[in-house]
Amino acid sequence: MMKYQYYPGCSLEGTALEYNLSTQALMDSMGVELIEIEDWTCCGASAAESINHLLSLVLPARNLAIAEKQEDIRDILVPCSACYLNLKKAQEKTQKEPELRDRLNNILSQDQLELKGSVHVRHLLDVMAVDLGPDTIRPRVKRTFQDFRIAPYYGCQCLRPYPVFDDPEAPRSMEPLIEATGARLHPWSMGTKCCGASHMNTHMEVGIELVAAILRGAQGADAILTVCPMCQMNLEAYQRKICRTRNEDLHMTVLYLPQFIGLALGLSEKDLRLDLNLSITDRFRKKLDMS
Amino acid sequence: MQPLVKLFVNRYPETISERNEKAFYMDTATDLDRTNAVVTVSDDLAPVQEMVRACIQCGTCTASCPNEFAMDHTPRQLWRMVLMGQKEEIFQSKTFALCSACYYCTLRCPRGLPLTEAMDALKQIAAREEISKYKDSVQFYKNFLKSIRRHGRVNEMEFMTLYFAALKNPLAPLRFASLGLRLMLKGKVSLLPPFTRKRPLESIFRKVEELEERL
Repeated sequence: MMKYQYYPGCSLEGTALEYNLSTQALMDSMGVELIEIEDWTCCGASAAESINHLLSLVLPARNLAIAEKQEDIRDILVPCSACYLNLKKAQEKTQKEPELRDRLNNILSQDQLELKGSVHVRHLLDVMAVDLGPDTIRPRVKRTFQDFRIAPYYGCQCLRPYPVFDDPEAPRSMEPLIEATGARLHPWSMGTKCCGASHMNTHMEVGIELVAAILRGAQGADAILTVCPMCQMNLEAYQRKICRTRNEDLHMTVLYLPQFIGLALGLSEKDLRLDLNLSITDRFRKKLDMS
Repeated sequence: MQPLVKLFVNRYPETISERNEKAFYMDTATDLDRTNAVVTVSDDLAPVQEMVRACIQCGTCTASCPNEFAMDHTPRQLWRMVLMGQKEEIFQSKTFALCSACYYCTLRCPRGLPLTEAMDALKQIAAREEISKYKDSVQFYKNFLKSIRRHGRVNEMEFMTLYFAALKNPLAPLRFASLGLRLMLKGKVSLLPPFTRKRPLESIFRKVEELEERL
């Protein structure tokens, strides 16, 4: 049985609850065991890095150090791209700079924690595309989505700056997973464009501009799939405002990748918590009911 | 097919813009200087200069930046200003505050410079110096950290409430009111703090404060 340590991150306990539950439901149905890191804490998000560099490294390092105690499982699965990058950055930097690791360990020693550098941080998309892969998914498909056209949206931080499992300029890792469900790909160039991240809170006009361009690029697709709670929130939550102010119909269904794959594998909408998404269109719902 | 020259002009309109001229001749007073209060920054720019020392002013960062359209100076211009030590102009500008950390420039920089980290380093200076121009962004991040220092994990409702209170603008929450309500109806945000347990990050925060003398 495949096993991973699991770092859900703060968003997945709140605004991205459906990402958390659908990830767990999907992994469970594929026989993958997730073991949540005990007493995990916030990775610092984009806040720590904007205030203090040392703090931005020690917050993720604390979680890595706790994960290292579980010696038999080396990989940490992280669904949130921002958490993934923060944890990954702490892992990469401490491996390259032993002095930095000593500095962080000096801080962590107060809580009797020590970072040795033995765990690997893995994004959910990395695990789904590489460890599981379309060949594992295809034979389990119970419901095919031939009539669906899907726009894969990768966002930024699962791809850049560390090119780990995909091409950071022209990623394709979601494509075989989507095709395994029978769905077609929506051809577009917006899959790697920034959603504005926390601009929605601090510079809303700028964030709105970026999201509008992505939603426009997705027109013609039945849904956008995301692999990050911040991308998901930005793409789904401001659609009414964008459509109203631009006098354009840009409504678009936005689902998390494990929700869509989960549907194909026959998991129920209830298990995948589609009721929590903010922008499922009537058109998509009708099509889903007919499939 | 579009002629190459036209493509170039379309893709890099800023190379011929007035804005560009301004940044290059920054030693003469610009409109920007006259209309804004002078920003004094005592923090040393040296660590940021070190990060961008090898910049060749090619503009790949500017061409890759998704937020460039909203900036007053392009990223390329900002790096030049950093190297020239133009502190006042840098912290008058909103360029670094508009970096959304997409890491395109870092990925593509032909000199391999850590440009996103350099943007963060400028944000950190603005936060330490409490420059009023960036008050909103800094408040957003500081209140986020306040919430995680208290609970270990972020409580989205608490931190947005702290943020709105810090903005001292009674209209600010209105932009988020309908979204907040929708999230509450879905049970995604709660008015109650998430944990009753001890402050698991307190010792880390305290130690960082001690090492850095301040946060």
